[in-house]
Amino acid sequence: MAQDVETQAGGNVAIKDMLHNKEATWLQIMLSSQPFWITMSVLAIVVVMSFVNENFLSTGNFFNITRNFSFIAVMAVGMTTVIITAGIDLSVGSTLGLVAMASAVTISNGYPMEAAIAVGIATSLAVGFVNGVLIAHLRLSPFIVTLGTLSIARSLTLILTGATPVTLRRVGEEADRFREALAGTPLGVSTPVWVLLVLTIVVAFMLRYTAWGRHVYAIGGNEQAARLNGVPVDQVKVSVYMLSALTAGISGLLVLAWAGSALSNFGQTWELRVIASTVIGGANLMGGVGSAYGGVIGAALIEIIRNSLLLAGVNTFWQGTFVGLFILFAVLLEKVRK
Amino acid sequence: MALLELRKIAKNFGAIRALDEVDLRVEPGQVLGLMGDNGAGKSTLVKIIAGNFRATSGAIMLNDEEVHFHRPIEARKNGIEVVYQDLALCDNLTAAANVFLGRELKRKIGPLRILNYSAMYARAGALFGELKSETRPRDLVRQMSGGQRQAVAIARARLTDSQIVLMDEPTAAISVRQVVEVLDLIRRLRDQNVAVLLVSHRMPDVFAVADRIMVMRRGRKVADKAISDSSPEEVTGLITGAIEAA
Ligand SMILES: Nc1ncnc2c1ncn2[C@@H]1O[C@H](COP(=O)(O)OP(=O)(O)O)[C@@H](O)[C@H]1O
Ligand SMILES: [Mg+2]
Repeated sequence: MAQDVETQAGGNVAIKDMLHNKEATWLQIMLSSQPFWITMSVLAIVVVMSFVNENFLSTGNFFNITRNFSFIAVMAVGMTTVIITAGIDLSVGSTLGLVAMASAVTISNGYPMEAAIAVGIATSLAVGFVNGVLIAHLRLSPFIVTLGTLSIARSLTLILTGATPVTLRRVGEEADRFREALAGTPLGVSTPVWVLLVLTIVVAFMLRYTAWGRHVYAIGGNEQAARLNGVPVDQVKVSVYMLSALTAGISGLLVLAWAGSALSNFGQTWELRVIASTVIGGANLMGGVGSAYGGVIGAALIEIIRNSLLLAGVNTFWQGTFVGLFILFAVLLEKVRK
Repeated sequence: MALLELRKIAKNFGAIRALDEVDLRVEPGQVLGLMGDNGAGKSTLVKIIAGNFRATSGAIMLNDEEVHFHRPIEARKNGIEVVYQDLALCDNLTAAANVFLGRELKRKIGPLRILNYSAMYARAGALFGELKSETRPRDLVRQMSGGQRQAVAIARARLTDSQIVLMDEPTAAISVRQVVEVLDLIRRLRDQNVAVLLVSHRMPDVFAVADRIMVMRRGRKVADKAISDSSPEEVTGLITGAIEAA
């Protein structure tokens, strides 16, 4: 500030521009962005692994990685919007399980594929709506509310079939259509990856180019300020929980189609991987920071680490340690960048 | 004609009488300094004018018409802008994003209405220019000095043709040099015929920019006079109660 006044008085604006208050260049923005460094980490691991293990870049393995991480990454896109508002959604894993089961039951009872998808989407939106209303309008803690719906949704999944798995194999034409539509490989890329691609682009666009997106960030930055300035805080909050649940629902449909049956434990503890993905990708649990792409690249990193350890023949029990270390590393990275 | 007039405004918080039949008048282009000890009711008065609280009794007249604000946005639509004590800024957003918060400019692309970044940057830049502030529209508020943050909050208040700007302790938490900057901003608002209600603890600030001074003590107005007819000594006496009223 002292600098400002003095240089202004001396008319020496150029020096002030250089020393102080400089507008960030593209390069600076990139270098200070967490998703950039995580992307670099992913690429580095890919390069190293392609030398270490010839199977790593094989089409089969690549196909596995991209599909596996898509299930998590789809949910990470929705979760990111919640976390930007300084919220959290612990219910996504259970929502995924409930949606998969509800859709499987719908199809196996002879209803068309479209009905199963509609049931799945509606179920997820209902969970998100309940979360959102309790959190936004009744001002309850997001952690507790979604912990509650985590429990309820899982229990409903068990009740639905008495914990019996529901298979989509050899149950009829509609089940086959469903699996073809959601577990296919159009243009050589698996459907979950296509879905992820479209979803990421749409949500990234909404976050950056719509008033809704601006408000999502504003709420995370200073909720009280957002309210005083006329931001419809409650509606926006409901919308992010519905979006998060919707992505869990979409993921549930994709997992169901890929697995060909619904088990009552589908998605169990996945919420932790989803949250880890968003945090590794630069979202801040304190709110105000995060991006759709960050959640996706975070999920990619986790899956690549898992896959690399697997191919390297490391005991799978070590996976959790490595993923955990990366979470801690990501948080440290964020500190260092600041 | 008074731009804003409060008639016998009272406010109870449960058993606490925060405001007791307070009258107030401000005219266009006038800076009214409002002083008083902690808990005197200054912030409560500002919040009632701004639509954050409803008065327990009394009337608010704007351009000689009675108004009732239930929410801050309604006061804002009537040309009353507030610079809150904590500025109500989002640190994670740019200066321009804060200026336009809740009033984003959009443009149509097909069926979509998307944020008009360039228009918002341009308009925010023009507002900072008008306020002769060095603040840049694209800078994050997090990285700004106290004076620049004030400029963002004030630019927000100038976004529409506001008639009145209410400022609650704008100079409480900033350095001396930044105070000078804020006082300049207030003079600029006055020059544009905006009425300013300046709540402050700082005697020198009020005597530097205010045309009139109003003193409150324990929810009551104890003085309301031209600044030239008063003195810091008298105001100190009024605030502490050493002087009953003036
Ligand atoms: N939201 C509230 N609820 C209850 N009491 C309040 C509230 N806001 C202010 N008060 C009380 O009203 C009185 C005036 O407070 P305030 O207007 O903040 O004073 P000032 O801004 O002059 O320091 C104080 O006694 C304060 O405790
Ligand atoms: Mg106060």
